[in-house]
Amino acid sequence: MAELKKNTNKNVELKGAKKEDIMSPWKVVKHRLRRNKLAMVGLYTLLFMIILAIFGPIVQKYVFGITMEKIDLYNISAPPSLKHPLGTDEVGRDILTRLMYGGRISLTVGIVAVSISVVIGSIIGGISGYYGGVVDGIIMRLVDIFMCFPFFPLLLMLAAVLSDYKVDPKYRIYFVMIIIGILSWTGLARIVRGQILSLREQEFMQAAEALGLRDRRKIFRHLLPNTFASIIVSATLGIGSAILSESALSYLGLGVTPPYPSWGQMVQVATDYYVMQYEYWKWIPPGVCIFLTVMAINLFGDGLRDALDPKLKR
Amino acid sequence: MNKPLLEIKNLKKYFPIKKGLFNKTAHYLKAVDNVSFTINKGETLGLVGESGCGKTTCGRTIIKLYEPTDGQIIYDGVDIAKFSDKQMLEYRKKMQMIFQDPYASLDPRMTVGDIIGEAIDVHKLMGPKEREERIQYLLNRVGLNSEHASRYPHEFSGGQRQRIGIARALAVQPEFIICDEPISALDVSIQAQVVNMLEDLQSDLGLTYLFIAHDLSMVKHISNRVGVMYLGKLVELADSNELYTKPLHPYTQALLSAIPIPDPDESAKKKRIVLEGEIPSPIDPPPGCRFKNRCRYAKPICSEQEPVFKDMGGGHFVACHLY
Repeated sequence: MAELKKNTNKNVELKGAKKEDIMSPWKVVKHRLRRNKLAMVGLYTLLFMIILAIFGPIVQKYVFGITMEKIDLYNISAPPSLKHPLGTDEVGRDILTRLMYGGRISLTVGIVAVSISVVIGSIIGGISGYYGGVVDGIIMRLVDIFMCFPFFPLLLMLAAVLSDYKVDPKYRIYFVMIIIGILSWTGLARIVRGQILSLREQEFMQAAEALGLRDRRKIFRHLLPNTFASIIVSATLGIGSAILSESALSYLGLGVTPPYPSWGQMVQVATDYYVMQYEYWKWIPPGVCIFLTVMAINLFGDGLRDALDPKLKR
Repeated sequence: MNKPLLEIKNLKKYFPIKKGLFNKTAHYLKAVDNVSFTINKGETLGLVGESGCGKTTCGRTIIKLYEPTDGQIIYDGVDIAKFSDKQMLEYRKKMQMIFQDPYASLDPRMTVGDIIGEAIDVHKLMGPKEREERIQYLLNRVGLNSEHASRYPHEFSGGQRQRIGIARALAVQPEFIICDEPISALDVSIQAQVVNMLEDLQSDLGLTYLFIAHDLSMVKHISNRVGVMYLGKLVELADSNELYTKPLHPYTQALLSAIPIPDPDESAKKKRIVLEGEIPSPIDPPPGCRFKNRCRYAKPICSEQEPVFKDMGGGHFVACHLY
């Protein structure tokens, strides 16, 4: 951390920032991130996707009168036209609208699943790293056990259970989020634990001890904030993989079920040979959306990691 | 002046070295072994010795960052050696510590104001408005501006950070401060400033210091009495003038002969005692005097019996078979 501070200090001077500016650690990171073009491309692509997912369906509904469930019987499996810019699916629903609505679901799944894993991962990692010894041993063995679970078969099993219990499609999506979240906190817990193990020995923690701070305050005020850098990077990259997991699950018909669309589920139609060959408008747009979003997240995450890396010298 | 504020009696800190599958304790690293001394109210006790001799461990054990293995730490008449964290809370307000590395001792994610004010929050010493005032006052007291409160540590130089560290230690209005090599990480020109500031604070606030360092001339300047440590043991303790003019222990003599003199002619005349041999490992150290393998005056008795830490008159203590 000492290195980070020295380095960022130099950086600030190089940038010729005004002396009166208070450079909080986050501001320094923002400065650096802005200079990374690829990361900014990622960020703007991601923002574009998010805006599209939030406002797209509203505009479609109130301006054009098209909802994701509305069936246009005259245009079933129609190719792109002026009325339906991306065509319609096999029951005559507008693909653009469904795409935007699917974006809502896919992005929500990504964000919520990652939030769950970040909360569990950082708390468990924090406790494990701070107390060390026996507590650490037990928690880390638990993490090992969790890591041994084969991710996909388990997801499939849980999804199958959901199908069996006839969970309402409306609520199914929440279960998918929770399942993905609960299965993916282990990596983060390890990262946080490792960082805290080294932070714990720093002199500012000795000072905190000498001041008589309680354990909880030490963990949440001093240790975890100092691991935020790696938590954020790992969370950002985690959103991408959560979206992919959801897509894969939905593609297999076990995630989000109709009438609710998600990108993965929309790609599913490509399993039909005829659709695959002749009705490209049904599966290319959602595929492109998944690709763009995940790539944007990864680019942004990489940029964020570089901006936060203390050893990076430019 | 002569009322003891802190009495250390036979303080021991052993670190277990664990081995094997079941973490069996195979050996002990005796970082602090049977150290006794007193610190009077309002004085500064210097503690010197080469790296690894246990001076930092000693300081940290006194403030209970490490649990002492054995011995007594009597602060103002109360033995706090066995106190739990909860019982210690009261004493955390009385004893504070200044750390060695100004880069590692401040949380990089907190503003300077929060770093200083944290102790006030934890001990619930005052309301938000008084807290602000107190932070401003402390910043000014250590030679920084009030506006610095909203800044982050990375914007400051080493010397300024050390001042922040001192302000943090002062926030709880302590009586006793352990200075753990507070100046060894600083530039020479800054060292003098910080030491002078520590002296000013001492006279203004009536503080008592335990000053740990390895810079002998700086220790002489600030301390009333000086203790010399070697391999976990206190080998000599005396009034600082007495120690520097009449060192008794062979190790102290060698240490003092190593102080550079800023005059080439004088320096050429001076005879430097160069110690032979290596410091033995503090893990299961050999019996007898720990200095015997490097001592010019070593006698057979030195390997058999451990020298007693005895008073040579006038508060000059030494642990050596020569006397």
